[in-house]
Amino acid sequence: MEEKISYERYQRQIILREFGVAGQQKLLQAKVLVIGAGGLGCPVLQYLVAAGVGKIGIVDDDTVALNNLHRQVLYSVKDIGLPKSERSASVLRGLNPDITIIPFNERLAVENALDIIRPFDIIVDGTDNFSTRYMINDACVLLDKPLVYGAISQFEGQVTVFSTGQLKDGQQGVNYRDLFPQPPREDEVLNCAEAGVLGVLPGIIGTMMANEAIKLITGIGEPLINRLFTYNALNNQVYELELAAREETRALIPASEMLFKKMDYEWLCASSPSSFEIGGNIFDELLENETVDVIDVRELDELPVVSEFPHQKIPLTQIEKAITTLTSDTVIVFCQSGKRSKQAATLLSGIFGTTKKIYSLKGGIENWKKLHSIQQS
Amino acid sequence: MPIQVMIFGQLTDIVNSHELKFTDISDTNSLVSELNSRYPLLAGSKYVMAVNKQTVTANTVLNEDSIVALLPPFSGG
Repeated sequence: MEEKISYERYQRQIILREFGVAGQQKLLQAKVLVIGAGGLGCPVLQYLVAAGVGKIGIVDDDTVALNNLHRQVLYSVKDIGLPKSERSASVLRGLNPDITIIPFNERLAVENALDIIRPFDIIVDGTDNFSTRYMINDACVLLDKPLVYGAISQFEGQVTVFSTGQLKDGQQGVNYRDLFPQPPREDEVLNCAEAGVLGVLPGIIGTMMANEAIKLITGIGEPLINRLFTYNALNNQVYELELAAREETRALIPASEMLFKKMDYEWLCASSPSSFEIGGNIFDELLENETVDVIDVRELDELPVVSEFPHQKIPLTQIEKAITTLTSDTVIVFCQSGKRSKQAATLLSGIFGTTKKIYSLKGGIENWKKLHSIQQS
Repeated sequence: MPIQVMIFGQLTDIVNSHELKFTDISDTNSLVSELNSRYPLLAGSKYVMAVNKQTVTANTVLNEDSIVALLPPFSGG
């Protein structure tokens, strides 16, 4: 059904030859979800609303703070302490009352992400942390949605469009995990709160994200599909990078909606390699409370024999071939002293990515037996 | 002409520059080990490496006119 167009409101873009009434019609029929109504989200929202995108969802569970105002330009002093999703929706309705704006005043999580994302055509990621970014990426791959991605750090910004399946030119669509298969640890990369950000930078990057969304919807120009654009606000240098899909990243993305809902993205980002290692007490707790695959990665004839708990015997050298025997969501590996099992845990984490939790018993079976004062034979 | 290495994001805090130049480096593996020995903190950092604007994962031959870029992930929004 053709939407009724306000020619007066959109006149300046309708008179663009490439855009025209057809472009405006496409915008009015489009449904865009903007996740994060912060530094990036504000300009994205402002321009998409002004341009006349018919239906816009806004996901944010945060409230406005005074130190947001230098870059989050939709808000004013009277909004401090109020929910961003609702405040931005209210301001944006004043800008363009002809379109539908749906605020979601909730935190995106594995439980609600798929249901929130599903009804929209294009997803825009303006969030501020890796765990949400990886979750949005995986959800968009799973639901086959184009994802307009933007991120900033201090004086630099990145923009790209992630997509799935085969593109018009025969290339494979690229997602975030093709670029960075695994999230960095929480302490590895600073966020805006820790590292600082020049207020105008998310304005520039967010406006570019809105531009990408408009190009995707209207079909004009060349969206940044499989190209990562970077911008440096200090020296105005831009750098564009061609992205390519990687065979191995597919395995890192949950294969079904059910598996997606079991993912623990917070854990994924908070964990450092050393937290793969667990002590004897946590080991005992996991044995008792969870369905786990426990694996002895020592060679088959090594002593001492372990008979205190059920386990499989798969030597480190064989483990890559035997991964199909691991059926539980949690896998614990152990060896004599904890060295080989640490190697095995790293290996398995590489294979299973986020789909399983992998632990290595620190200090090996030697330590565990000491803890339980079981004499070695 | 030396190989040019462009540094992005917070990696610039580690190497203290936006651009480095190297001579006598034949491939990306030797570049990485040279970078890691000069800037040990780089070894623990996550980044994507691109040669002439194409991302690379396997060892890649570098020529005199190669431009390498190291891009870390950004999370800010």
